[in-house]
Amino acid sequence: MNQNYDDSTRISRREAICRGVAGAASLAAANYVGSEAYAAAPAATTAKAKSVIQIFLWGGMSHNDTWDPKPESGRSYMGDMTETIESNVSGIRLSGLFPMLAKQADKYSLIRSMTHRNNGHETAAYLMQTGHVPGERVSYPSVGAVFALAKSRTYKGLIPPYVVLTSPQGRFSEEGFLGPKYKPFATGGDPNSQRFEVEGIVARGITDERQKGRRNLLTKLDTLGSSLKFNEQISATQEAKETAYELILGKGKDVFDLSREKPELRDKYGRHTFGQECLVARRLVEAEVPYVTINYPAGWDTHKDHFQAIRRQCPQLDQGLAALLQDLQDRRLLETTVVWCCGEFGRTPKVDYQPPWNGGRGHYGNVFSVLVAGGGFKGGHVVGSSNATGEEPKDRPVYPVDLLGSIYQLAGIDTKGKLPHPMGIDAYVLPEPSERVKSGGLLTEIM
Amino acid sequence: MLRTIGVVALVLAASVSHAASPATKVNVFETTTRPGTEGAIDRIVFPKLAAMDLRPALCSDAVFIRRVYLDVLGTLPTSKEAREFIEDKDMRNKRRLLIDRVLEREEFASYWAMKWGDVLRIKAEFPANLWPNAAQAYHRWVYNSLATNKPYDKFVRELLTSCGSNFRVGPVNFYRAIQTRTPEGLAEGVALTLMGSRADAWPAERRAGMAAFFSQIGFKPTAEWKEEVVYWDPYRLAEIPGSAVAGKAALLPPKPEQGAAAAAPAKKPVVLKTPTPLKAVFPDGTEVTIPPDRDPRDVFADWLIRPENPWFAKSIVNRIWAWLLGRGIVHEPDDIRDDNPPVYPALLTYLEQELVKADYDMKAIYRLILNSKTYQATSLLRVKNPKAESHFGSYIVRRLDAEVLIDAINKVTGTTDLYTSAIPEPFTYIPSDMPAVAIADGSITSPFLSLFGRSARATGLMNERATRPMPGQWLHLLNSSHIQRKLESGTWMQTLTQSAKSLDDIIDELYLTILSRFPTQEEMQSIMEYLTHTVAAAESGKGGKAGKGGDSGGKAGKPPVPVGGKYAKPPVPGKYGRPPVAAGKPGKSNLPELSAAQRRDNSIDIAWALINSIEFQYRH
Repeated sequence: MNQNYDDSTRISRREAICRGVAGAASLAAANYVGSEAYAAAPAATTAKAKSVIQIFLWGGMSHNDTWDPKPESGRSYMGDMTETIESNVSGIRLSGLFPMLAKQADKYSLIRSMTHRNNGHETAAYLMQTGHVPGERVSYPSVGAVFALAKSRTYKGLIPPYVVLTSPQGRFSEEGFLGPKYKPFATGGDPNSQRFEVEGIVARGITDERQKGRRNLLTKLDTLGSSLKFNEQISATQEAKETAYELILGKGKDVFDLSREKPELRDKYGRHTFGQECLVARRLVEAEVPYVTINYPAGWDTHKDHFQAIRRQCPQLDQGLAALLQDLQDRRLLETTVVWCCGEFGRTPKVDYQPPWNGGRGHYGNVFSVLVAGGGFKGGHVVGSSNATGEEPKDRPVYPVDLLGSIYQLAGIDTKGKLPHPMGIDAYVLPEPSERVKSGGLLTEIM
Repeated sequence: MLRTIGVVALVLAASVSHAASPATKVNVFETTTRPGTEGAIDRIVFPKLAAMDLRPALCSDAVFIRRVYLDVLGTLPTSKEAREFIEDKDMRNKRRLLIDRVLEREEFASYWAMKWGDVLRIKAEFPANLWPNAAQAYHRWVYNSLATNKPYDKFVRELLTSCGSNFRVGPVNFYRAIQTRTPEGLAEGVALTLMGSRADAWPAERRAGMAAFFSQIGFKPTAEWKEEVVYWDPYRLAEIPGSAVAGKAALLPPKPEQGAAAAAPAKKPVVLKTPTPLKAVFPDGTEVTIPPDRDPRDVFADWLIRPENPWFAKSIVNRIWAWLLGRGIVHEPDDIRDDNPPVYPALLTYLEQELVKADYDMKAIYRLILNSKTYQATSLLRVKNPKAESHFGSYIVRRLDAEVLIDAINKVTGTTDLYTSAIPEPFTYIPSDMPAVAIADGSITSPFLSLFGRSARATGLMNERATRPMPGQWLHLLNSSHIQRKLESGTWMQTLTQSAKSLDDIIDELYLTILSRFPTQEEMQSIMEYLTHTVAAAESGKGGKAGKGGDSGGKAGKPPVPVGGKYAKPPVPGKYGRPPVAAGKPGKSNLPELSAAQRRDNSIDIAWALINSIEFQYRH
């Protein structure tokens, strides 16, 4: 029986059977594989993943220069980026910019045949985080918002269930039709600064003392609020205010307080925004927050000065991500936490040496790489491969629905579950067979 | 010190009767005069309320001016307007005159265009694609109709029967804004918006009978990007490829599934079928045969817009009532049906008759309702009564709409917000001095508006706004940099705290600006305690960071005067219901003296607390 996340209407058994039939029918269609291939069975009892950390390399990180190095493809493809490094798993080589991740290849797997062939930031970001085809009349929620919804009955933590470090990406509306309640909570601020000012929780220039004094003053001046005794709406809003205060003055804010970590560990993550974001993400996962997205502080949309940017940014990505994986494992959190890291697409393997690009790479959705770890994903494997120049998937293409379907499966979220659409439109976690999205099947080889 | 008669009387009355009972807290919101029943509305409502043991007091003048401004204009009165109204001694006429004034203000059209925009679904994209130019044209038509007080019958006829370009003829977008553009879908939209009835619950034959009236509406693109013409199309030319007015359906390539069958393009000349008389059924069951030379929409409009039509006047007066009082006489206000009876049938009938009598002048209905004591009832209930809300035994408390709330915050802090539309590119930005209420297009938004549940303008339903309170909204109001910045760097706070005003006057100004009233005695006492505490804390912490308060005027060396123990004593009610008066400063309360920085920070804290009060955030 399918999970139903829509409280208003439960799918009848008859309907479920009908849908099953439709699925089987489309399996037979050439070129397209029906949703059965990526459909995750609801298996809440055996779910391995409790939380997800998504590191979103928005703008699109080059795959050739990072996790799918092609040093033999020559200067027109690789510029002077030819150094590679052997990892601790034989056969897996990374670009030389990732010495720390190279020591940890047993903890993660690399998908080198990710593909969707979409080269627009907005549409590709939507595709990678919803699995649905952009441009439909229905605007679907992102995987984080679906987690927030699916975990709403079990997650009772103070911190909102879907947290974004630190800024929303703004390429699409993450909550989709689920509405403002499922919008990610964006922290703002900078965890690498003296005091991590979390939007709404830790305010600039307001000490705890002043915060408490203000709260006291508000209680005394809330003359009407304290007079409206029999009003349910007012009781509900006062209750919501108390919850907010538990975050502002109670335990909630401590989760964001990095001064509670040993300085040596903070150093290990790297004293830069991304490194400290990774550390905050680990603290959020410890607090059982279901879904955390780190939108990489500086983007990866390197049309110009590509190689300089890559050489500047990769060492920080390497340090933060490697420290995160190690720390999660040390705390036995890696087995219950999915970490996935990629952009909305890769970058053109062929370098554009012409002005104004002067050695840049463009948007590229034909093939790119994704790193996955933890929560039931095996480490030390490579899924699929790209061709010699990194321009096309060579074997085992992986589509967005396959990646998201696998994450949902590990978390015990039914991909055929119905989502509550405000106008009662039938909408499901992942596309229905009739939508004819391409699929290469779940990532069973690493699950 | 001159105070309003009303408030003084209240505070006095309260302090005389029970100085410490909860009643003292309440009276600033109510008057002691019992409401009479001069008006027809009250003569219908009040006897029924009395039978339910509900005898609401009348709201105070301070509450009234705020309520009327928010309900009719979607904005707060300025401190000056609030002060003048509270201090106006013409007790007999001042409310009536205020109502007449607000109904003529410019904000009336802005605010009601927003409310109509929700139900008429004025939004460039998603779920229906009106497109930006069309959303602007549609809004402009609604705005102008309201600004000129177009009679409601004329307003509806234009909505139903207009033809022309979506960019040029605003009301043609009424049909375009309905997501399902089949005759049945359009009929459902008409029933919901103009009859207050949900056709999805009707018997199928009634739906089909009404759908026939909307079966000859054509939509066709032009050479202009995103322009679309809506017109009467009895020949169904919109569906014929190659015709002079081929519509979208005819221009799209055949769908792949139909590929084989539809592959051969029709080369032979199209023979137009001569239109035959159209059979349709009005929702009341009357059958009609429409001759081929009449637009069926005109026939429908003729049937709908009549005094004796059972839905037409009823639907709009019920809607206006619900907009002003938070709940319909029939509730939900757009769900009129036999098995959902009105709480006061006579009231509904009365308002319908009045609308017809006034030649469909909507402002006449506003005026009747606003002048009623039912509308002017207190929002406070003495005892719990489950029927109070549904029978209007008290004014229904409800949070300000997202747009009104941010406008109110911006108005009191002297700041602005940025509103943009992310789709389609190029992004739309609107001038920074435009209030959120005046935004034409539902696709133009801000994070605040979406957090506070602005209408999605997708369904045309009255209750489409998300009103359930969420902790995230409190985090934003209590502690976000967005609000904090407004308080710290807004022009209002700077001007106020740098002025030569005394602290008493600053606090009065804060109250009048933010809550449209003067502070009560208890509130002054709480503020004094807060100031005393912060001054004392600053004093005791002065060891290391002495220079902190010394900006600008601080050099003159007026050290904050520490406050002695006598202020910690319970207050003795003064003559004017104010805290005890200090010697040598007649009329002034004994507030501690503050350095410039303390004055500023504490004023911000007080403003912060008032903005976070229920009284600010809720219509009451």
